Amino acid sequence: MDGRRIRILVAKPGLDGHDRGAKIIARALRDGGFEVIYTGLHQTPEMIAEAAMQEDVDAVGLSVLSGAHMTLFPEVIRMLKERGAADVVVFGGGIIPEDDARQLATLGVKAIFTPGATTEEIIKWVRDNVHPRA
Amino acid sequence: MNGKREWMERTYAGAAERPARFSTVSDLEIEPLYTPGDLTGTYDEKLGYPGEYPYTRGVYGSMYRGKLWTMREFAGYGLPADTNARLRFLLEHGQTGLSIAFDMPALMGYDADHERAQGEVGREGVAVSSIHDMLALFDRIPLADVTTSMTINCTASVALAMYLVVAERQGVPWERVAGTIQNDMLKEFIAQREWISPPEPSLRIVTDMIEFCARRVPRWHPVSISGYHIREAGATAVQELAFTIADGICYVEEALRRGLEVDDFAPRLSFFWDLHNDFLEEIAKLRAARRMWARLMKDRFGAKNPRSMMLRTHAQTAGVSLTAQQPLNNVVRVAIQALAGVLGGVQSMHTNSMDETYALPTEEAVTVALRTQQIIAEETGVINTIDPLGGSYAIEALTDRIERDALRYIDHIDELGGMIAAIERGYPQREIAEAAFTYQRQLEQGIKTVVGVNKYQMNDGQRIERLIIDPAIEAAQRERVRQMKQARNGVAVREALQRVGEACRSGENLMDPICEAVRREATLGEISDVFRAEFGVYTDPGWL
Repeated sequence: MDGRRIRILVAKPGLDGHDRGAKIIARALRDGGFEVIYTGLHQTPEMIAEAAMQEDVDAVGLSVLSGAHMTLFPEVIRMLKERGAADVVVFGGGIIPEDDARQLATLGVKAIFTPGATTEEIIKWVRDNVHPRA
Repeated sequence: MNGKREWMERTYAGAAERPARFSTVSDLEIEPLYTPGDLTGTYDEKLGYPGEYPYTRGVYGSMYRGKLWTMREFAGYGLPADTNARLRFLLEHGQTGLSIAFDMPALMGYDADHERAQGEVGREGVAVSSIHDMLALFDRIPLADVTTSMTINCTASVALAMYLVVAERQGVPWERVAGTIQNDMLKEFIAQREWISPPEPSLRIVTDMIEFCARRVPRWHPVSISGYHIREAGATAVQELAFTIADGICYVEEALRRGLEVDDFAPRLSFFWDLHNDFLEEIAKLRAARRMWARLMKDRFGAKNPRSMMLRTHAQTAGVSLTAQQPLNNVVRVAIQALAGVLGGVQSMHTNSMDETYALPTEEAVTVALRTQQIIAEETGVINTIDPLGGSYAIEALTDRIERDALRYIDHIDELGGMIAAIERGYPQREIAEAAFTYQRQLEQGIKTVVGVNKYQMNDGQRIERLIIDPAIEAAQRERVRQMKQARNGVAVREALQRVGEACRSGENLMDPICEAVRREATLGEISDVFRAEFGVYTDPGWL
């Protein structure tokens, strides 16, 4: 480790406006010692991938509560790959049924946090699973 | 009378008290006992009688002895024909009003064939892009015989126009069309966060609709001033009440500025509250809301018509209180929340289904939710007397407390220059985010309890059936919209959209040009594009 602080993009893809969770997570991660950039609402996968590149982040946390996760999560991963950033850790949360979460895992989503997950649990997961990119 | 302090010293201090925080879910501290000494003011000025100013005890003289509240389950998913079947199922099972949920593309001003609609079509509600979809949605539902509520905001003008054109096709005159459209753009910027253009032009469209309905669709409620989403976003009960009433003040001021008389439109303003877990707090909130609105309308706006002072309201149990863990427990939460709604005197209600933390509800789950209302109405007996908790020392003291705290917020918003100015500074948004964060921390510290989540957890969660939206729906709807766009008269559509654009610029009321555009098969996305071009696009400032 080079001692650089881990940088995380918290992003809201899709059209839904449920940002309570995303904002709580962003704030908790910041309080947990990470550098956090929050995109705001209504982002396209392309906007998120671009922001991830520009901000040079180590991880992207996606929040979707509209049911569009099976379209939007893989799209973000694909666009990160296209930009040569396949090593950016992608995790997410929202109203995501177990079957969908399993499928998303095979597509490269490293963790899915569903309702009831604590900020403490998420901070710990990030600490254990996200490292500064080379 | 202050025997309470002596009693506290004499008896309570020596009695055992658990080491808990005795506060509401919004963290208002609650005293161990309320007595007549906690009450202020006279009966007549604070409470009065049902159907009479200040309406604390209820807006109607006979309340539920005259008419039960309207049981209105919110429904919408998939193609218009899918939702049409669900609506007719609910009507057959004793539901008394309709309530339409639209999908995210419709709510945000995109047609099903737009790139941004990908993955979202028919998922969170019904897919509606054009008049053809609205006709299919209300197929075999006579608009003269039902009242319909539509939860839609930045594209509400288009949805209302479509509904009115469906009425035309059914031969129902606009004067007979009755219902409610949410159309509360202020709370969109504060909480629900579905928008197209910035606050000022958004407010102008809302005001156009208030004016249009006052003159042409007199039985329609053109805006449902909503605390629900504010609360769901994390606000406390006091914030929900304060920001919602402040939004109401802003709409009234705008309509007055338009030259309308307050009594011409205020009787058609309605409200929409959340029903959260804290039973007494919610009942007190609903009672405080009625008293505050009545006094505001009378004293601040000089209303003369009593109907202008009556806060009539829809309410919905708190989606945010439901848990994915042990989901059957949600049935109990919903029942208690709905009971608070009834004891608080609501006019219509939606009860959530136990499975809504997973997906839209299954038919079985939505039936239990509807039956919950029917059990309260027809088995519990709480409807026999009006405002049965009125006069309870605790309820009256809490009603006063919530009103006082909410008025303080409203004064502050007035000082900031009104709700638009407050929103532009991010004031209500930040207050809510702060409250949401505080509550999350209280949960994680175990100060607040959610059964099955931070206490009484079980490892093997109960699994329940879940409604699955077929991905083929999106492709079908996209194709339907594409074909419709090819088949229609493109010149007629272009002309109609230009007329909408001219009205945006001239300040003429937008509703007639939008109705004409809808008749000519212009789509919701195309009319929204006119708003984007004329009024600009609002983007989320991304405040944390």
